[in-house]
Amino acid sequence: MAYRLKVNGERRTVDAEGDTPLLWALRDELDLKGSKFGCGMAQCGACTVHLDGQAVRSCSIPIEAVKDAPITTIEGVGASAIGRTVQAAWIAADVAQCGYCQAGQIMSASALLASNPSPSDAEIDAAMAGNLCRCGAYLRIRAAIKLAASKLGGAK
Amino acid sequence: MSATVRDAGAGLSRRTLLTVGAAAGGGLLLGVGRAAAAGTAFQPNAYVSIAPSGQVSLIAKVPEIGQGVRTSLAMLIAEELEVDLADVSVVTAGDDMARYGLQLAGGSATIRLNYQAMRQAGAVGRVMLVEAAAKTWGVAASECAARGGKVTHTPSGRSLGYGALTAAAAQLTAPDPNTVALKDPAAFRVIGKPQPNVDNAAIVKGEPLFGIDFVLPGMLYAAYEKCGVFGGRPKSANLDEVRAMPGVKHAFIVDGDGDIDSLGGGGVAVVADSWWRAQKARRALKVTWDMDAAPDQDSARWEAMAKDLGPKTPAHILNARGDAAGALKSAAKVVEASYAYPFLAHATMEPQNCTALVKDGKVEIWAPLQGAYRARPQLKKICGAADKDITIHYLRCGGGFGRRGASDFVAEAAKISQMAGAPVKLVWTREDDIRHDFYRPGGWHNFKAGLDANGRLTAFTDHFVTFGRGEKFAPWADMEGDEHPGGVVDHLQYGYSLIPLNAPTGTWRAPRSNALAFAMQSFTDELAHAAGRDPLAFQLELLTPSRKLPRMPSDLPAIYLAPGMDTGRMAAIVKLVAERAGWGRKLEAGRGLGLAHWYSHFGYFAEVADVSVGADGVVKVNKVWVVGDVGGPIVNPAGADQQVKGAVIDGLSAALGQAITLEQGRVAQGNFNDYPLLRITDAPDIDVHFHVTDNPPTGLGEPALPPVAAAVCNAIFAAGGGRRRTLPLNPARTG
Repeated sequence: MAYRLKVNGERRTVDAEGDTPLLWALRDELDLKGSKFGCGMAQCGACTVHLDGQAVRSCSIPIEAVKDAPITTIEGVGASAIGRTVQAAWIAADVAQCGYCQAGQIMSASALLASNPSPSDAEIDAAMAGNLCRCGAYLRIRAAIKLAASKLGGAK
Repeated sequence: MSATVRDAGAGLSRRTLLTVGAAAGGGLLLGVGRAAAAGTAFQPNAYVSIAPSGQVSLIAKVPEIGQGVRTSLAMLIAEELEVDLADVSVVTAGDDMARYGLQLAGGSATIRLNYQAMRQAGAVGRVMLVEAAAKTWGVAASECAARGGKVTHTPSGRSLGYGALTAAAAQLTAPDPNTVALKDPAAFRVIGKPQPNVDNAAIVKGEPLFGIDFVLPGMLYAAYEKCGVFGGRPKSANLDEVRAMPGVKHAFIVDGDGDIDSLGGGGVAVVADSWWRAQKARRALKVTWDMDAAPDQDSARWEAMAKDLGPKTPAHILNARGDAAGALKSAAKVVEASYAYPFLAHATMEPQNCTALVKDGKVEIWAPLQGAYRARPQLKKICGAADKDITIHYLRCGGGFGRRGASDFVAEAAKISQMAGAPVKLVWTREDDIRHDFYRPGGWHNFKAGLDANGRLTAFTDHFVTFGRGEKFAPWADMEGDEHPGGVVDHLQYGYSLIPLNAPTGTWRAPRSNALAFAMQSFTDELAHAAGRDPLAFQLELLTPSRKLPRMPSDLPAIYLAPGMDTGRMAAIVKLVAERAGWGRKLEAGRGLGLAHWYSHFGYFAEVADVSVGADGVVKVNKVWVVGDVGGPIVNPAGADQQVKGAVIDGLSAALGQAITLEQGRVAQGNFNDYPLLRITDAPDIDVHFHVTDNPPTGLGEPALPPVAAAVCNAIFAAGGGRRRTLPLNPARTG
């Protein structure tokens, strides 16, 4: 059946079964390939998007559960000042190696900074603990979040 | 769609790429160059293309897996071509070894094998552009200089951009790359200066760069079920039932070919109009498997066999020197210990996937691959296609770590496309990936060593219990006869015994060294303590005097054939890392420093770990210091720093938490809940220092990894946590 999803500020129609994970609706039905498949069970965070402003694992949310909640993906996160600043910080800190997990990392980081403009090291670690990076870019991820926080005026 | 699939087509929009790719049925990447050559672009060689607009495209011949070659290879060319990296577009080449030579993201070989050649490629272009400008102006080339994408006539100040010179340059004969004048390294503006990843901007926007993102018009999606027992063959399945499920276009049995690097035992393919529908229908499959009983393929049984074999005489001798038995008898002290490490999976963040179009005798593949040297022959066999009718595009890999040189998923996608008669994207689940890997083989080392009255090492023996197929080692389950300290001890015996294995094994970041360094360097530390000596002094003594050790004959592929260890190079960085870490300082109870070093993939690495051991025995790594000698220059210090930190974290991930176990022939783990990767909460501070030497530069994807597990275990001992001889250290947290 058809579901009307609010994705990156636009109404989009997805014709798929209600149990289709949001991740696969985004990737294969809406051709938004930025959210990544990593585990399919909310273990790795590569599929992280914002649902109503919260960072969630889109691989484990069926589209029938989304209803009217606005969805922001990596393709749309740059529309907000926080998202744009986090993306810029990721470039400035030269975070990516293979880059596969980085969309999910950026989505988690921007959700963190939206709720906590000046996170401590422990708060950064806690907020990012659900996002795996197989290349081990964690130290630069921390640095990029701190850089973004300082650009946004919230750094300690 | 403005996004580009950068790894497959230079500056072409994705739609253009697809149209061209589909129409031409292949050869697209070469098409970029050749089409341009037919026009007015200037292409002095396979690596440089300059359009009349001034747009410079540089070819990265090796696939990108996160090791940064799209940046580092481009840097080498850009340096000599005199262009700014920010102004060029980098194009990953397709598979064409006749044109490019070895195309392999492996063996930490890219910089070592291409440092000179890529500089030469850029220099040839620069010399020709300078000459073209000089001719245009009627002046001497020696009065002209190239920089920043233009040539300037120094006396008059006139200048022309490279774009304006393409037509004139294309008329000139290219100089011999082997004799073309290269820049004086002192004048480098790009090499040796930190350069950000050229793909950063696309990555942070989530552009579709990766293999799994690739789309062909009319493409179908495949999910593929294989037997959990390696080599198991599908006999029958409820295909009709599955075919009736939503979106399913095809469901069929794929016959195997008995080759684990190809179709293996075969499987059951479900092809649908979306991947999720294919996967959902796959879950409804009921397959009857034909399988050879594999109760002996079981980790608990192997453990028992290894315990039994360990004290016995090795079945084979790898290397013997002096009189090890006699020296052990006359030693003042004999130390014995057994070390064990498990199988490991690669778990690349991007699960294995491949898009294949097999039609009318032609094969086109788009895949995240580290190289196609295995895939291409398999495709010839499976599809019955001629070499010239096989086109392989290298798409960006969401990690490689040695997994993506294999061709199993490529063979499967090609066969499924052929049988479905449609372009197909095959995507594995994480469980498929973890249960059908080419694993880092586990192993057991049973050491005995003799120390003299002065605490010097006199004899060293190892009975390595490992895995084999028949009388041969299973792939990458071997060791060399001179693994350190085998090259420096007077009385040596390295022997081995084989346990029969049918599970696939393969290269895993720093193959062999990733495990051997743990066992050898932990036991060496153990010997230092048994001798009542400082591990730093004991390790340095083994490296003294400074000498270049001979290399034993080896069956290794040529790219791995490094010269024997230069003990002086290693001693220098061991001293340096000890200094940087403050070796010898007092730490609070329950905390310690451990030292280890290893030489692999032409690279020298020494590391110190600062570790705390909790009352519950849980190990926490606080900091790791790393000093590496990979010659000089460090081509991209920014990328080099990433590779080293990533290797350390990867090594910690494995040492702390990872183990693949087989139960009755099946892999027991399936996802990140039971095969954990290190998370940011456990990522320690890492201090990286390169000891730059006059040796030619070598690669960094691997050699920083091997020492870290031993450094951690040695630190645990120093912290009072006892000698840990079995990995992983913190058993997997499940759930």
